[in-house]
Amino acid sequence: MAAVAKNQEATAARLDRLTVPSSGQWAAETREATLSRLREMGLPERRDEYWKYTRPDTLTQADAPAAAVYETGEAPLFDRFDRIKVVFVDGVFDEDQSDDLAGEGLSIERLADAVEKDIHWAKELYGVLEAKGQVPVERPLAAFNTAYATDGVVIHVTGKVAKPVNLIYQHKAESSDAVLHHVIKLDAGAEVTVLENGPAAARFNKSMEVDVADSAAFHHVRAQGRDHERRAVTHLFGRLGTESVFKSFTLTVNGRLTRNEAVLELTGDDAVAHVAGACLGDGDFHHDDTVFVTHDAVNCESRQVFKKVLRNGATGVFQGKILVQPGAQKTDGYQISQSLLLDEDSQFLAKPELEIYADDVACSHGSTSGAIDEDALFYLRARGVPKDIATDLMVMSFVAEAVEEVESEELRDEIIGRLESWLERRRG
Amino acid sequence: MLEIKGLKVKLEEEDKQILKGVDLKVEAGKVHAIMGPNGSGKSTLSYVLSGKDGYEITEGEATLGGEDLLELEAEERAALGLFLAFQYPVEIPGVGNMTFLRTAVNAQRKARGEEELSAADFLKEIRAKAKTLKIDADMLKRPVNVGFSGGEKKRNEILQMAMLEPKMCILDETDSGLDVDAMKLVSEGVNALRDAGRGFLVITHYQRLLDHIKPDVVHIMADGRIVKTGGPELALEVEKNGYADILAEVA
Ligand SMILES: Nc1ncnc2c1ncn2[C@@H]1O[C@H](COP(=O)(O)OP(=O)(O)OP(=O)(O)O)[C@@H](O)[C@H]1O
Ligand SMILES: [Mg+2]
Repeated sequence: MAAVAKNQEATAARLDRLTVPSSGQWAAETREATLSRLREMGLPERRDEYWKYTRPDTLTQADAPAAAVYETGEAPLFDRFDRIKVVFVDGVFDEDQSDDLAGEGLSIERLADAVEKDIHWAKELYGVLEAKGQVPVERPLAAFNTAYATDGVVIHVTGKVAKPVNLIYQHKAESSDAVLHHVIKLDAGAEVTVLENGPAAARFNKSMEVDVADSAAFHHVRAQGRDHERRAVTHLFGRLGTESVFKSFTLTVNGRLTRNEAVLELTGDDAVAHVAGACLGDGDFHHDDTVFVTHDAVNCESRQVFKKVLRNGATGVFQGKILVQPGAQKTDGYQISQSLLLDEDSQFLAKPELEIYADDVACSHGSTSGAIDEDALFYLRARGVPKDIATDLMVMSFVAEAVEEVESEELRDEIIGRLESWLERRRG
Repeated sequence: MLEIKGLKVKLEEEDKQILKGVDLKVEAGKVHAIMGPNGSGKSTLSYVLSGKDGYEITEGEATLGGEDLLELEAEERAALGLFLAFQYPVEIPGVGNMTFLRTAVNAQRKARGEEELSAADFLKEIRAKAKTLKIDADMLKRPVNVGFSGGEKKRNEILQMAMLEPKMCILDETDSGLDVDAMKLVSEGVNALRDAGRGFLVITHYQRLLDHIKPDVVHIMADGRIVKTGGPELALEVEKNGYADILAEVA
């Protein structure tokens, strides 16, 4: 008990130094309620079970640790696609670089504008999935986000949207500390693809809440990196209606610390939720995928596919759970988390979990960690492929199952191209 | 072409001598066959020549076209023109057969200072060669050897050989697992590559492969050594009487 009280005290001290962004009535109410939840649960600490493998201190401390601004000198990802660009520089919306916030089949608004209003439809979603996602495991940094987010987008998708919405992040100030929150609501039968890329800030706390109504489809492709010194915590909350589809893929290269949480709830029958990630880490890289999928309806499918390539002492973490609620019969749940360790200094820490309260389900999970297959490597080399290129082919082969989760072939090629060029640069 | 002198090899991990002094010379334009009981060291010889890790060469030498093979990395030996058709081709999920082969062809060309093959030219060539080996387009697109039957894997090895056009080809039991028709296809593939500038070392247990690929010289390997060398009739003798007589004779 003493520990809890102490943490609450520390949390209060930290929060007292912060100012809640100016908000109209609905947002002010939400933020206030969230703050009292947050004060109750306290910010994450190292001894918390859910933070066993990842140190939260640099994410919770008052000041963002500085991170050098990283210029790649190459065209940003998704540049060749026709899309609606929404640009944030160090967490601040940049009107000049952004496209008109409009498109066929959807409406887009800045969160900063939406929260100023006294009444807004976003009230039914903003912080709502987040609050629900606090049970059974607390996610204080998501509550922190709901309370303090300064901007983001609020998207209402009413039809099948052809052009992807591309959230582009840019990092310009060395110690920037950004908190963004996106809300996406898909009406029945609606479809949209949301892309995210770019280094966001020295420290980035981002939430995305997505409500996918019956028969709607949400596609999400995200690339994090190559800003090496950043620290980021992101939460992706999703609610799936009947026969809806939710597919999210994240590519992560570099990053001192990245914690990506995905919290998905299948609430309507015959829904499909896939969440996947591939990451490449080198040196002082720490990447944590924490996933919680809840089946609360009949005949739903969920897949978690996470692949991590680690070298030079990099660390990968996976905490993944499939929870099948009573009555969620005919659930088809799959979870795989694997790491490819390119040397003995790197490590992979995995906690795969299944919790099932229905009897007619098919759930499987697997977690492996291994070095490169020497026989395969020799086979490639015996055909004349130099060792470094052969290793990279094996790396591409290893991450393939995750990358294949990207449904659009064009986007998949874009991701593959990015992976290949990262590997090529390492080869020098 | 390929010259091996007094080659002695032990395992790196344990104190086990496998090759105990191998002498062998394969001239350009010739087909040499190696036969020998299970475990006599035939595959080990092919691995050591190709540059696989895990072996320690305690004595002897091996050269290809006068170049010291044992000093080179596996990929450098390949670029020099050495090719091994594996006894057990490896499955590599996630790497497409085509991508793999094109990477290999171009890596070798680059290493030799030659121009890389364009995607279009490569495609044309591989399609033509795959066709003669009855390898369908679908197999080319699949990951390397994944889900291939035993015979398909062996045909895929020959396709790779045909694409890479090596100078010295070592075939380790390429006939095992082949049905009669596939055996013919594979042999035709090999025979098509026979020419004055190319040497072959064919490891096999059976005469029936040698019916199709006629050897110039036959060696018998036993307990890490070449114990007998002769003409094609030696293989017929093995086929008829097994190894007992030959081994007794040299003991
Ligand atoms: N990595 C290894 N570890 C232990 N023993 C090995 C290893 N590699 C080879 N050997 C042993 O060395 C000997 C020669 O093996 P090799 O595979 O070269 O025989 P082979 O002549 O090709 O046999 P086969 O006709 O059955 O293919 C065998 O006794 C084998 O068990
Ligand atoms: Mg063998």
